[in-house]
Amino acid sequence: MFVDVLVRQDKYGRTTPLSITWKDGRTYEIDRIQQVCKAASLKAGGAGIRYTCLIRQKQTYLFNDDGKWFVEAKD
Amino acid sequence: MERAVLHVDCNKFYASVECLYRPEIRHLPVAVCGDAEQRRGIVLTKNEIAAKYHIKTGEAVWQARRKCPGLVCIPPDFPLYMRFSAMVREILSDYTDLIEPFGLDESWLDVSGSGNIGSGVFIAEEIRRRVKFELGITVSVGVSFNKIFAKLGSDYRKPDAVTVFDRENFRRLVWPLPACELLYVGPATSKKLRSCGIDTIGDIAAAPPDYLHLLFGKMGYVLFRFANGLDNEPVAPAGSAPVIKSIGNSSTAPRNLENDGDVKIMMMVLAESVGRRMREQGFRCSTVSISFRDNLLNGTVRQRKLERFTSDSDEIARAGIELFRGSWDWHLPLRSVGISCSGFEHESGPFQLDLFDDGERRLRRERLEKTVDSLKARFGNACIQRAALLGDKKLSGFNPYNDHVIHPVAYFKP
Repeated sequence: MFVDVLVRQDKYGRTTPLSITWKDGRTYEIDRIQQVCKAASLKAGGAGIRYTCLIRQKQTYLFNDDGKWFVEAKD
Repeated sequence: MERAVLHVDCNKFYASVECLYRPEIRHLPVAVCGDAEQRRGIVLTKNEIAAKYHIKTGEAVWQARRKCPGLVCIPPDFPLYMRFSAMVREILSDYTDLIEPFGLDESWLDVSGSGNIGSGVFIAEEIRRRVKFELGITVSVGVSFNKIFAKLGSDYRKPDAVTVFDRENFRRLVWPLPACELLYVGPATSKKLRSCGIDTIGDIAAAPPDYLHLLFGKMGYVLFRFANGLDNEPVAPAGSAPVIKSIGNSSTAPRNLENDGDVKIMMMVLAESVGRRMREQGFRCSTVSISFRDNLLNGTVRQRKLERFTSDSDEIARAGIELFRGSWDWHLPLRSVGISCSGFEHESGPFQLDLFDDGERRLRRERLEKTVDSLKARFGNACIQRAALLGDKKLSGFNPYNDHVIHPVAYFKP
């Protein structure tokens, strides 16, 4: 299940996701990115760069899989 | 110093990637299969669950379905597998620049000089752990002092495991393995070995080398060295382009081939792709070989030396068709044909002129072919075609140049 993501790309080529927009149109700001690493998501099905994001005090994994973004909800 | 060679094998590679992306089928028996409509309906790989039903790679889909009615068949997504293969290689390249790929899903690494990172076993464990975490698929890794035992190691315990065959344990662990596990012991060799009472790798190791030579020619000595851990083939450095010895294409036809005309169409399409790939490398070839398979899947291979070096698709196709006419009597229809060229020289070298042949004309033809190549590269394979191919578009409507991207590899480098 892919999502729309607003991304800032800086002059060094670094990518920072700023907010996530759900399929129903609701948008969530990303308050903080705690960690960035390469990882696979067995739960959502995919692999790529994983951003550990803090959204409204909740930790969420946001993945960039070859240019497409998806979210793996943490229980 | 003792070498530390790793062999990394992605377990059930295509199926694992598919199962990663489709959580909903992960608990089911899954096989990645060719297109049955196009009559390429064979199993390419299967997952662990499907393997329990004794489904084999290369088996027809209908046979596999009979063994396992609930089998989930998935069409292959080669660009995705190639992306994963590249990502695995990226992880490997963190440990050494001596990485030699063996197909899409296997690689050898020489980490003898990577002692600052850790021992061979340490690196193997780290690779196993990282591939699983970062890519969501599993690898098995063999660690040994030569490539052959390293490969046996990655096969010994899987999935998601590391096996070490060192000088202390290889007699105990490797020698009891069946002879057919050894690289280059195929069904024919293994049958011949068995008939001589040689069943295990240890039996090969204990056999007199001259006896093996008598049975298998120079491969006999090679097998003896393999079995005794004496193989010292180096791991090729990453990025070293393999030396190309042959270029070929083959294809299964969408319908049975019934006559020379059908074969001619297929051969022309294939020769066009082979010629184009050869010209890209700047090669001319001296040998053309053809292969074909009848509808009972019996295969035949024939080859012939050409009178002079050529990179002309037309000449290659004609040689192939002639060769075919002399070697098939049509007692059965054919299912697939292939054509391949070898015996290369570089086109920048001089070429032998012929008293009775117009050299100027040959050069003009070469230029024409290259112009066609650049047209195809810019506007697609179908932008310019031979009139002969328009007669049966169903038969000629495939594109071996783009479809065929995964090349089989050989262990020995020239």
